[in-house]
Formats: sequence, C-alpha cells, structure tokens
Amino acid sequence: MIAALEGPPIGWFDLSPLLVLLGAALVMLVVGALLPRWPRGLYAAFTATAAGATMVLAMVLWDDVSDQGARYLVGDAVTLDGFSMFATIAIAATVLLACLVTDDYLRREQLDGPEVYALYLTAGIGGIVMAMANDLVVLFLGLEVLSLSFYVLAASHRRRSAGQESAIKYFVLGGFASAFFLYGAALVYGGTGSVRYDEIVAAVNTTLLVERKDALVLAGVALLIVGLAFKVSAVPFHFWAPDVYQGAPTPVTAFMASAGKIGAFAAMLRVLTEALPQWRDDWRPVVWTIAVATLAVGSILAVVQTNVKRMLAYSSISHAGFILVGVEAAGHTAGEADPSGGVAASMLYLLLYAVLVMGTFAVVSLVGRTGDDQTDLDGFRGLGRTRPALALGMTVLLLAQAGVPLTSGFVAKFGVISAAVDQRSYAIAIVAMLASVIAAFLYLRIMVSMWIVDAEAGDDAREAVRTPLSTSLAVVLSVGFTLVVGFAPGWIVSAAEHATTIATAVAP
Amino acid sequence: MNAALLAELRPTATWYLVLAALLFCVGMVGVMVRRNPLVMFMCVELMLNAVNLSFVSLARELGDIRGQTIVFFVMVVAAAEVVVGLGIIVAILRRRPQATADDLAELKG
Amino acid sequence: MVDVVWLIPALPLAGFLLILLFGRKLGDPKAGYLATAMIGAAFVVTVGVFADLMSMDAEERRHVSTLFRWVPVGDLQIDLAFLADPLSITMCLFVTGIGTLIHLYAVGYMHGDERFSKFFLYLNLFALSMLVLVLGENLLVTFLGWEGVGTCSYFLISFWHERESAATAGKKAFVTNRVGDWGVMMAMFLAFQAVGTISYGGLNAAAESGALSQTTATAIAAMLFVGACGKSAQLPLYLWLPDAMEGPTPVSALIHAATMVTAGVFLMTRVNPVIAVSAEWVTWLIAIVGAATALFAATIAVAQHDIKKVLAYSTVSQLGYMFLAVGSGAYVAAIFHMVTHAFFKALLFLGSGSVIHGMHHEQDMRRMGALRKLMPITAVTFIIGWLAIAGVPPFAGFWSKDEILLYTYAKSPVLYVVGLVTALLTAYYMTRQVILVFFGEARWKDQAHAHGAHGDLGTHADPATDAHESEAGGTDGGQAADDHGEVHTPHESPWVMLFPLVVLAGLSIVGGALQLPFSSDLHFLEKWLEPVIEFGEADIHHTWAYENKYVLLGVAVVIAAIGIAASVMVYAKKKVKAVEPTILEQAWYYDKGVSAFMGGPGRKGFDAIAWFDAKVVDGAVNGVARLVNGTAGQVRKTQSGNVRQYAAGLGVGIVLLLVWFVVIRGIL
Repeated sequence: MIAALEGPPIGWFDLSPLLVLLGAALVMLVVGALLPRWPRGLYAAFTATAAGATMVLAMVLWDDVSDQGARYLVGDAVTLDGFSMFATIAIAATVLLACLVTDDYLRREQLDGPEVYALYLTAGIGGIVMAMANDLVVLFLGLEVLSLSFYVLAASHRRRSAGQESAIKYFVLGGFASAFFLYGAALVYGGTGSVRYDEIVAAVNTTLLVERKDALVLAGVALLIVGLAFKVSAVPFHFWAPDVYQGAPTPVTAFMASAGKIGAFAAMLRVLTEALPQWRDDWRPVVWTIAVATLAVGSILAVVQTNVKRMLAYSSISHAGFILVGVEAAGHTAGEADPSGGVAASMLYLLLYAVLVMGTFAVVSLVGRTGDDQTDLDGFRGLGRTRPALALGMTVLLLAQAGVPLTSGFVAKFGVISAAVDQRSYAIAIVAMLASVIAAFLYLRIMVSMWIVDAEAGDDAREAVRTPLSTSLAVVLSVGFTLVVGFAPGWIVSAAEHATTIATAVAP
Repeated sequence: MNAALLAELRPTATWYLVLAALLFCVGMVGVMVRRNPLVMFMCVELMLNAVNLSFVSLARELGDIRGQTIVFFVMVVAAAEVVVGLGIIVAILRRRPQATADDLAELKG
Repeated sequence: MVDVVWLIPALPLAGFLLILLFGRKLGDPKAGYLATAMIGAAFVVTVGVFADLMSMDAEERRHVSTLFRWVPVGDLQIDLAFLADPLSITMCLFVTGIGTLIHLYAVGYMHGDERFSKFFLYLNLFALSMLVLVLGENLLVTFLGWEGVGTCSYFLISFWHERESAATAGKKAFVTNRVGDWGVMMAMFLAFQAVGTISYGGLNAAAESGALSQTTATAIAAMLFVGACGKSAQLPLYLWLPDAMEGPTPVSALIHAATMVTAGVFLMTRVNPVIAVSAEWVTWLIAIVGAATALFAATIAVAQHDIKKVLAYSTVSQLGYMFLAVGSGAYVAAIFHMVTHAFFKALLFLGSGSVIHGMHHEQDMRRMGALRKLMPITAVTFIIGWLAIAGVPPFAGFWSKDEILLYTYAKSPVLYVVGLVTALLTAYYMTRQVILVFFGEARWKDQAHAHGAHGDLGTHADPATDAHESEAGGTDGGQAADDHGEVHTPHESPWVMLFPLVVLAGLSIVGGALQLPFSSDLHFLEKWLEPVIEFGEADIHHTWAYENKYVLLGVAVVIAAIGIAASVMVYAKKKVKAVEPTILEQAWYYDKGVSAFMGGPGRKGFDAIAWFDAKVVDGAVNGVARLVNGTAGQVRKTQSGNVRQYAAGLGVGIVLLLVWFVVIRGIL
C-alpha cells in the first residue's frame, strides 16, 4: 500500500531558488552549531552568496517561463511565473542587503550568531512561498514561516528590552491575525470546496453549491483580507507596525519593512486578482477605503514623531497606502485577459521601496550607535558636518522616499498614481498626492536635523558615528540603485510589466 | 422521545461549524481581555484549533479529504508557534517575572 | 550655439558640485566668486543662445535639446529635454543676468558669515533648479525644477535658523508651496491622461488643434493655476512670501522678488494655448485673483514699518499685476512686467540690503531717515528704483504697468479701476518709504531714547507734530551723528555691493525700451515672443482702450503723480509749505483730510487688513497645521502601546469588514 502512494511531481530545478535558500539556512544552523567559531563575516558572506545565487537562479527561471510559459509545481501548490520570480529577486535582494548591514551591527553590539542569518533565509523562503502560492493553505504556511522568523528576529538583541516588548506584541497580534486568515481560508473552502486559487475561480462557474453572494464565502473573503492587510500594515490593522519597527534591532526593522512587505503584498495581489476576481466589486471598495485610511494615518502620524525609526515606521505605513492604490487599480480589471497596470506598478513599487528602505535603515542603524538607541532626531543632529558623505546618501534616500523626481521613489509613486488615473480612480489618486505632500515634511525634518540644525553643547562628547565597510557598501548600493532607476527607469519598469504579463497571460 | 426527533437532534456539520465559531470567538475575546501573555497565547492557539474543527467538519460536509489534510499542516504550524512563542515569553518573564501584557507599553505614540 | 542650451543649467550645477566638494577650503570670499563666475558663465552662454535664436527666422526659433529618454515606458515617453525658445531664453537671460549681479552683491553682503560657502552652495543650486524649471520641455522637467526652487527657497529662508522666526517662516513657505506642487502634479496626470504626453509641444499643439476638450483644458489650466498661486504668492496662498523676508536680503532679491516667484507667471504663459481653449471662467478667475491680490497687498504695504516687509508686500502686489495681465490675455505685458519688475525690485531689495548693511542690521524704517547724504549711491539708485515702480515715465515700470492696464481695460473696466487704485497706492507707499529712509530727520541717532515718540510715524502723521519734528530735528545726518558718539553711524556699502545697484539702476531706467507703445515697430518684445504666445494673446486692436491708449497713458501718469504727491504731503510736507504758500491752505485741507483718513478710518482700514492678514489668513494656514497636529494627537491615542487594545482595534476593523461583506454586499 505504502509503495503505491505516489507524491506529486516536484520539478526540482524549478524550485531551486527556494531550495538554495533552504539549504543555506540548514547549513548555517547545523555547521554553526557544530563549529561555533566561524570567522566573523563568514556568516554574512555565506548568506549573501546564497541570496545572490537565488537571484541568478530566479533570473534564469524567469527567462525560462517567458519562453515556456508559466506552470504549476508540486501538485499545483505553487505557481512558477514572472510574477513570482520578480518577487523572488526582490526578496533575495533584501536578504543580501540585510546581511551587509547586519554584519557590522552584530560586531558593534557584540552579538553572536548564525541564527540571525538563518532566520533571514527562512523569512526569505516564507516570503517567496507567499508570492508563489497557488493555494490558500500554502500561502498560510509561507505567512507563518515568514512571521515566525520575524518574531524571533525582533527579539534577537538579547540586551534590549524594547526588542522583547516588540517581539511579544508582534507575536500576539500576528498570531491573532493569522488565525483570522486561516478562518477565512476555511470559510472559502466551505463555500467553494477548494483552497486552490484556480479551483476557487472555477467553482463559481461549475458548482451549484456556490453563489457569488454566498455569505460564507463573503465572510471568508473579508477574513482573508484582514490577514493580509495586517501583514502589510494597512490601517486599521497597522497598530503593531510602529511599535515593532521601533523596538526591533534596526537591521531587522529594515528587513521586515522590505521583505515582509514584498511577500505580503505579492500574496495579496495574487489572492485578490487570481483567486477572488469574481468578487472584485465587493473587495475593491474595501481596498479603496483601507488605502485612503492608510495614506492619511501614515502620513499624518509620521509628521509628529520624534524618533526616526518610528517616523520611518509610519512612513512605511504610508508607503503601504501607495501600494494599495496600485492594488485598487489592479482591482478594476482583475480576472480579465487584459493585464492591468496596477499589478506591475505595485510590484515595481515594492522592489524600489524595498531597496530604498534598506538603505535608509542602514543609515539609521549606524546613527543608532552602540546600543542601537540614539535614533531620535537629535541623534542625526550635525551628521552633515561630521559624516557628510553618509548624510548626503541619507538625503538622497529621503528625497526618494518623498518621491522627488530623478529618484526611484518618484518612479514608484508615478507608476501607481498613473495606474489609478488610468482606471479613472481620480479620488484615490488625489488623496495619494495629498499624502505625499504631507509626508514630504517628515523627510525634510530629518534632512534639516542633519544639515541645518547647529550642534549643541555635548554633541562632541557623543560617540562618533562610525561607517564600517559593509554597511557603507549597502548604503552605496541602495543610493546607486535609487539614482540609476531615477535617471533611467525604463528598463526596470519594462521588467516589472514583463514579469506581471507572464502571470496574467497564462494564469487560469 | 420518538425516533424522528432523535434524528433531528443528531449533530450535523452545522453544529460543529457553530461550535467552532463559538470557540473562535472565545479565543478572540480572550486575547482582548486577558493580561497574562501566556494565556493570551493559549487563546490564539484556541482560535487556530477552532479553525481546525471547521476544516474537518467542512471536509466531511463536502466529502473531500483535503480539508482534513490541511488540519495536519495547521497543527504543525501551531506547534512551531508554541516553540517560538514560549521562547519569547520565557525571555521576557525571566527579565520581568511579574510582567503582564499591559506592562509592556514602553513603545507607543 | 543653440545646441549647447544644456550648458546653461550645467554651469551652476558644476558650481554647486565644486562648492560642495571644496567650499569650506575656498572659504570667504573665494567660494562666492566661484559661484558668481559660474552663473556669469551661464549668462554668457545664454547670450550666445539668444544671439543664435535671433539670427533664425521667427518660426524656427524653437530648439529642443534632448539629453536622454527619461521614462520610455509604453505610452509614457518622457525625455529629459530642454527647450530653447524665445520665452525660455528671455527667462534665462534675466535669471542668469540678475542672478550674476545678486551673487556678486552677496559676496559683499554675506562677508563674515560663518556659513558663507554654504550660502553660495544653496544659491547655485537654486540657479540650477530655476534654469531647469524655465528650460524644461515638459511638465515633468519643469516640475523637477519647481520642486528644486521650492526646497532651496526653504533652505535659504531658514538660513539663519537660529532665529525662531526664520525657522517658522521656512516651514510656512514649504507647506504653502506644497499645496501648489499638488496642483502641478494633478495637471501633469490630467494632461497625460487626456493627451498622452506632458511635453509642452504636444500639449499646446493638442490645444491649438482642438484635440483637447474644453473640460480637460479647463481642469488642467485650473490645476496649473493652483500651482502658480502657490509659487507666485497669490491669494490665498500668498502669505509665505512676506515671512520669507527672514532670509538674507540677496535671497529676497533673487528668489522672492526677481526669479522664483515669477515661475507661476511663466508657467501660465508657457501653456497659454491651454488657457485659451479652456472655459472662460478660468481667465476671469486668474484676472480677479490677480487684481484682488494686487490691491490687497498694496493696502497692507502702506501700513508696514519694516523696510523689507514693504518691498515684500509690494512684490506680492506686482505679481498680482502679472496675473491680472495673464487673465486679460496680455502675455507679452506679463512677461514685460516680469522683466522690468525683476530689474527694479531686485534693485530696491539690494538697495534696502545696502541700507540694512549700513545701518548694522536695523530694518525698522522708523529708525532711519536722512540717509541720502551718508549713502549717496544707494540713495540715488534706490530713488531710480522708486521712480520705476511708482510708474513715473520714462522709467521701466511705467511702460510695463501701462501695457497691463491697457489690456485690462479691454477685458473689464472694473478690473482696470482696481489696477489704477493699486498703482496709486504703490506710488504712495513707495514714496513714503523713500522719504522715511532717505529724507526727513535722522532718527537713527536717537535710538537710545524714546523710539516711541516716532512709533506711529509709518502710518499716521499728525501734521503738527511731524512739522515740528522735521524743523527741530534738522536733516544733516552727518552732523547729528557726531553728537552721539555711541550710535553707529550708517556707512555706504563696499563697491562689490554698489556695482550691482548701479547696473540695475541703469536697467530700471532703460528697461521700458523693450516694448514702447508708440508704434508697432517698437514692440520688440512682442515680436520676439510672438511664436510662443500668439495663440493665447488677446487681440485688443479694435477696442476703445487701444484707440485711446494715450488717454490711458495720461491717466496713469496722473495717478502716479497723485500718489506721490499725497505721500509727500503726508510724510514730507515741509517742502510744499516752503514752495507754494497759497496752496498751503488747500494742501493743509487735503493733508488734513488724508491725515484724518490715515489716522482714522483709513488707518483702521489698513490696520484691519493687516490684522486680517496676520490673524485670519495666517491663522488659516496655522489652523491647518494645528488641525494636522490635533488630528495626529487624537489618532496617536489609539497607539497606546497596549497590545490588548491593539487587538481590540483589529477586532473593530474585522467587524467593519464583515459587516461590509456579509451584510451590505451579501444580504442587501
């Protein structure tokens, strides 16, 4: 009997980006435990190499699917298409940058550990699985892998009580939200008889059991949106984000803000447009409302903060609002053969924002100094004088976050707003522009603190901000990417459109 | 009591679904009202298991085996959550033995 | 030569980078000279491009120089491209020309400031942004410059950020300008949505060919006007500009008088075909807002004591004139006035800077007086600037203002009257300023005691007291200063500051020659700008106003004369008494009337407007800020730090979502 049980065909090479990350994580844990004294830096180098290899493999597979077409893997559990490879590349890039920042951070804080890197890798796997999933339960597994890694990472600095507070808050609320998501999946399963995206779509046409108006399914849709909205920190499910971002070690915050958002938004886009397109008129107004609330709350609360990490946390909420504008735009054409600009614009925004926020938090991590707690605006005072190059890099990154032309941030914002205007969602476009107008003020506050505010007595007695090599490299990469995309965005915009077209054209 | 009435009272899938919904709500309210981090955490687990019950009963209702296999995945996830959650809670309680969830409010605004 | 148009912004960019790298090493004054040289070189290049364009046929004077394709995605093709045409080169000429003079002046003015090189860093960055703004071939490139000048303006206003007021003023400028930026963004998306391009060539061609519907054109024009109002300080977004005077004076002259604030007028002129095909109410809106701003700001200027505040409100008022011109379809007149205004207002600001410099940073006109003997060159050049702005022929301001009034009359006699009243007030308050600063008795020498005695000299002049003081005080500042050893004697400024004054004074005298009304052969500016504005320019050739333009010219002269005379009566009437004893009685009546008006209802009126400005309009902006802060304060309370409350918050969200999906979408 046992011998007769056949597993589904796996497609090992098609899964190679995931397998490389998984293998690296296991090696890191096992070898790290057996041989506790690796030379410092080797952990980071090893993880970064694995992330780099993942990026290369994802590009190869992207090329492959653009010839061969998108396909399902592992018993139709995950989809291999341009969309998932785009998300994979973006997540691997954040893992790579996070390694560069974390190495210096761990040295400065005298923390040990292969665990952090292993958790980056597992979180990356979780995010990629979320983006690739073709099944609500697989999505749930990815979500949990990502989240569990984040909970531990938030508490990874043993001597910071803020980190532990943030971890427990994140854990309780995260578990709470996951339960809702899972309940949503169960209700959709009850209503449609399946948790697979393509079968959910098909069920509406074939099964007599299901009506589009079936209350069970509608409740399920609502709860699925709750779970995803929590993960992307959309209002009113955003409460965890400021506390967690502020409390977590800064490199971890950077990683959460980038990789976490990519995974969650990729999952949200896929679920909404591939599993629930028939309900688009039901969920689009919800996304609209959430987007507006997120833009408003994020921008307004960011302006009144004094801690830069918290400020950037609210700014990250506001950015989530922008991406939701793209999701809303995608909602107008969800399920139609004609690809919508909204999906491409959102994915592009995610990639550009991820790199941007990595660089920004890398600078914050340096300014935090030993102990990682000088992240108030005062900590940035006089940075333009003492570390002009670092301050200049930070200025570019902040300008980009504000969406100033000739930076990647502008390309990103322009993309989602044009997508909204294309779908005649003028009201949300107007709100998004107003939010960017308000939010600009907060980035300006940081710049003023760095460049204009004069030193106060005692400033020179503070520990100097050091600029170690690998973190500097991360900042340089991030700034360079920001400017290159700002000056010549064509290639990357085309890439995002290409990637999402592969998904839409072949998906059921 | 006649047989017809007994048949009427035989538990159907709906009963289980309602029970699951109630358990879920108990868990949800528990997270909101309990102060002990450990109990809050147990309430989250209760919510997950309520969903498991839903999956099983729906699978039976639909005559579909996949709903039952999903439960195993969820149980694995719940076990992993226990490991991580207890780790974090123990780390905090070791530092502040009497801490309740309400005491952990340094990060705010 | 026209191919190297990219060099015009590239030179200030080079200056910016050089100062960024070596600024602190170069120090004071070398960094300043470097910045001046860069912008001067940009001016030379501009002149070359100008000469090249002149040598072409009129219809060929349009050269697009594309650096690279910036956004080449799908339908959206945007180049980073510069456009050299008569309009942009006119702007470049005076931006770089006046910019060079002001840079040079700043070398003297900022001498000794500890952040000397940083000042020139911002100044070059500003010049770069401004040139990108005017040279941009599409809305996006213009927007890039638009954001750049806004940011530089913010940095420069709060340059002396130790002063609380400077920091607040900078913030106010930033916030108000962002409202305008939002308008430009909206216009950009609308244009892209409607025409599929945001290049001026494409947009204007669509308007001219009728491809742009009236509704869309109206929306685009209205949104751009919102942007223009923010940048060019029109009602109700004007209030940042008077506060912007907290910045160093060269900044006030360059950014907040001559160049940046005219960007709105420039933008309106740039898209004149779009305005021409939009609904008529847009032009009326522009004209009315312009006229209202002109009058409103002029009345406030009458009641100011700060030498720079007078000029600031005057700038707002003159910008109102330019918008009045735009609304009346008088684009040539708008640009003409923009150019002459740049000459004389830069002159006046630099002159006031020279006075402030000489007075050791005293800005209150009540503590000045009789400075003409001590600062002769400043005084002479300032007086030329005064004559130009007051509308005295043959100085530059007279011709450009007259041209605007001519078109305004054709548009609406009511607006014309508003324009005339503004002209009257302008002559009045500028005369007042000149008298208070350069004539009368030397009030700066008795700073030590009793400022209060002169406290209200600025607005109400009791004739008796005034006459008494004038007689008693004497006017010989030099002698007076000797009596009070500890008082700083005002001194003339160094040559590096005076040279720009002299050049600008020369331009303020002859600037009118660009466009003289006597014959169409003398309409040089109109011919030059014709390819750009001919679609939008109003045709007034067969109106009553055009046929009687000399009558209007005469009226303008009379109005200017009345304004000056009234002011002289009030603030320096001693002269009148001496010359014409028989008219004296009448003059006294007149004077009494004016004084009574100024001291009574008039004074109250002006005070009321000033109060309205300070409390209501200002309050509105502060109110918005408070609203944001207040809302934030309330919303912040939800972020209590308590995890159980967060869970409850989530619960509320979940219930709302369930209600929507299950009840509203499912059952209803």
